[in-house]
Amino acid sequence: MTVPSERITIRVQHDDFDVAQETKLLTSKRHDVGAVVTFTGLCRGEGDSLSALELEHYPGMAEKQLAKVVDAACGRWPVDGVTVIHRVGKIGVGDQIVLVLATSRHRDAAFEAARFIMDFLKTDAPFWKKEHGADGQSKGWVDAREADETAKDRWR
Amino acid sequence: MTSQTVSLRYFSWVRERVGVESEAVDLPSSVETVHDLLEWLKTRGEGFAAAFEFPDIIRVALDQEHVEHKATIGSPREIALFPPMTGG
Repeated sequence: MTVPSERITIRVQHDDFDVAQETKLLTSKRHDVGAVVTFTGLCRGEGDSLSALELEHYPGMAEKQLAKVVDAACGRWPVDGVTVIHRVGKIGVGDQIVLVLATSRHRDAAFEAARFIMDFLKTDAPFWKKEHGADGQSKGWVDAREADETAKDRWR
Repeated sequence: MTSQTVSLRYFSWVRERVGVESEAVDLPSSVETVHDLLEWLKTRGEGFAAAFEFPDIIRVALDQEHVEHKATIGSPREIALFPPMTGG
């Protein structure tokens, strides 16, 4: 199923995003959208030891990989629109990192598409996280999780 | 066979260990596959040895497309080397 390009948004940016505003962009003046699913990934603290994450990406390839994942989701479910925003740079504990928003006529497509996009974004899009401690010092790079690889198995 | 010049880009801890973000290199003609490339990079000094100590975990993209280690390199403009991704 083809989703018109004006209803596909993929952005990599330093700035924060506004979930309500992004949602409105896909739903306002529409009468055929019945479901909106939003996933927001936040910078989770680790007790008091973590102050921020620093997100690095491969410019160009990151956007391309996100577009591929979104394309695959649009081919698989009858979604009406998709927005993916991934932030880079230093992101404090509690702040937003990533947004996946999917709209559809019925809820199943939006739920499934959003989860699919998130699962593949984790392992296929070139982003890396570095941890910064409460003292501001770097604590090193986050290791990839086996669970993120196996999360994709549900879509085989 | 002649050597080819290609732009190498490094990300995350691979970048930190090799000490540069990118460089133009002449690949030796003996480097035909991605596996060959990783083995060759390892020999380029201490930082490279540390970055590519466990080549199996390194991800490689030719002109921004993921490839397997057994893939033939061909003649890309850019080869990127990085650890498994941890976005989201």
